[in-house]
Amino acid sequence: MTALALERVTVELGGRVVVDGVSLSVERGEWVTLIGPNGAGKTTLLRSVAGLVGHRGEIRLDGDPIHRLRRRDVARRVAVVPQSPLLPGGMTVHDYVLLGRTPYVSYMGSESRHDVAAAEAALARLDLAELADRELGTLSGGERQRAVLARAIAQEAPLLVLDEPTSALDAGRQQEAMELIDELRLDAGLTVVGAMHDLTLAGQYASRLILLSGGRVVAHGAAAEVLTEPLIAEHYGARVRVLEGLAVVPVRS
Amino acid sequence: MTPRLWILVASLFLAASLVVGALVGPVHIGFVDALQSAAARIPFLHVRSPLSPADEAILWDIRIPRVVLGALVGAMLATAGASYQGVFRNPLADPYLLGVAAGAGLGATLAVVYLRSIDFQNALPPAAFVGGAVAVVAAYAIGRSAGTVSGGATLVLAGVTVAAFFTAVQTFVQQQHSDTIQEVYSWILGRLPSSGWRDVVILLPYVVVALAGILLHRRLLDVLSVGDEEATSLGVNVGRVRLAVVLCATVGTAAAVAVSGLIGFVGIIVPHAIRLVAGPSYRLLLPLSILVGGGFLVLADVIARTALSPAELPIGVVTAFFGAPFFAVVLRTSRRMAA
Repeated sequence: MTALALERVTVELGGRVVVDGVSLSVERGEWVTLIGPNGAGKTTLLRSVAGLVGHRGEIRLDGDPIHRLRRRDVARRVAVVPQSPLLPGGMTVHDYVLLGRTPYVSYMGSESRHDVAAAEAALARLDLAELADRELGTLSGGERQRAVLARAIAQEAPLLVLDEPTSALDAGRQQEAMELIDELRLDAGLTVVGAMHDLTLAGQYASRLILLSGGRVVAHGAAAEVLTEPLIAEHYGARVRVLEGLAVVPVRS
Repeated sequence: MTPRLWILVASLFLAASLVVGALVGPVHIGFVDALQSAAARIPFLHVRSPLSPADEAILWDIRIPRVVLGALVGAMLATAGASYQGVFRNPLADPYLLGVAAGAGLGATLAVVYLRSIDFQNALPPAAFVGGAVAVVAAYAIGRSAGTVSGGATLVLAGVTVAAFFTAVQTFVQQQHSDTIQEVYSWILGRLPSSGWRDVVILLPYVVVALAGILLHRRLLDVLSVGDEEATSLGVNVGRVRLAVVLCATVGTAAAVAVSGLIGFVGIIVPHAIRLVAGPSYRLLLPLSILVGGGFLVLADVIARTALSPAELPIGVVTAFFGAPFFAVVLRTSRRMAA
């Protein structure tokens, strides 16, 4: 079953075409990662999937065109982990994760007991129960990343959109985060669509890679088909060796 | 402390301020006498007031209305400041951010200058209200037409633009009629009028509606603290929330300014002092701003009335003179960091 379908999606920002006629479909339970050089349109494409930027063409979530859904209904179907989330330093982890329940709370209402339970389940799932009363400003980078993930999990949306989820983490925390996302995907049957710069990490976890360049899809498929030396040289302008079809290693001239 | 305990402490602070405000003044009125006087007003209790008719009048027709008015204005300014800081995510936002003050100033000046021959004391509040409202509507229209790219920031710049223009017009009118400067100036510095219950009755509905509207958005203000884009991804219509909160805060502020003039500092200092000790969540911050803002302004007015008695200090001078050092102490001793 197709969780997400894009048909000739084009996004213009400030009069410039940033995403140019992208078509793709993502099956339920898949992990699809967008790769591509800076300015390729990865973040913009992800934003359009979450209904955060206007687009031409059609984006369908479980078959429903996104422009027909109310904002709140989109939020019940798509949870976003932004590249650099804005964390209010004085807010407690518990209150922050509870914000993930916003799509289920009426405009001027307050959270039900069920909402609080869902937030607490998300905290427990990400090993944050002991940090629940800590303020966000006092957390380490890895803990923050887990708090943001917990908020997205509390949102209980079947599609998880991750923009560079590991860019601020060290090697160990990166691996931890990727493993965690994979576990969540398998446990809850989530579909994951993400963007990443670390090609090796991207190739290891994604079911499919999509290489964007200049707003267009220039290659897609399994990691071994997309992470090739000629493609990376052409679109990143980088000299690399690809070892065993998986590890992308930069080479000095 | 739990939220309930904070609310209790703040309620006691407001109650104590009201009592002090009602009893302190050139004519001393005892606490017990005032209680008996209050009991005498309850039918069927058959308590006789120990106060002379003159003291009765001072207590019930001058002091208590003025104290209630101070509490309403203080609650409104503190809460409006807190909500502006929330919707614009700008710690320096105060209730006058979108040009209410400049617009009300122009309205008041025009009333003083052109309605002098009639009865400008009565014309001034509605003129100030209309001026303040026109300024904010203009700021909002300009901010909207400039696009919603950066949302809040555009609106703040539009407010600054409108405020500059209205202030220029006000200064121009004032220069042409320099004989009116004294009256305009005393209004600008802010003062609570001793006009009995009339101003309370005028202000009350605005403040009640504005505060209720803002309180209903307390959870959404917490959501906005993660930024426009993330709040949108959580299903919130950020523009609508911002418009609703700004509308409530502005109407309430314009009404408060119309009766009390421009009282500075309350809208910035009270919400930030509360954030530093009780945390940033708007669920607690907004009700505490109502209680503490009201109490703070009542106490400031007591000092304004008594420091140079029988003369009166402008209350804006008092709020800044005592508010600033107090806030410096809170800032120093607070263990919480303002984010």
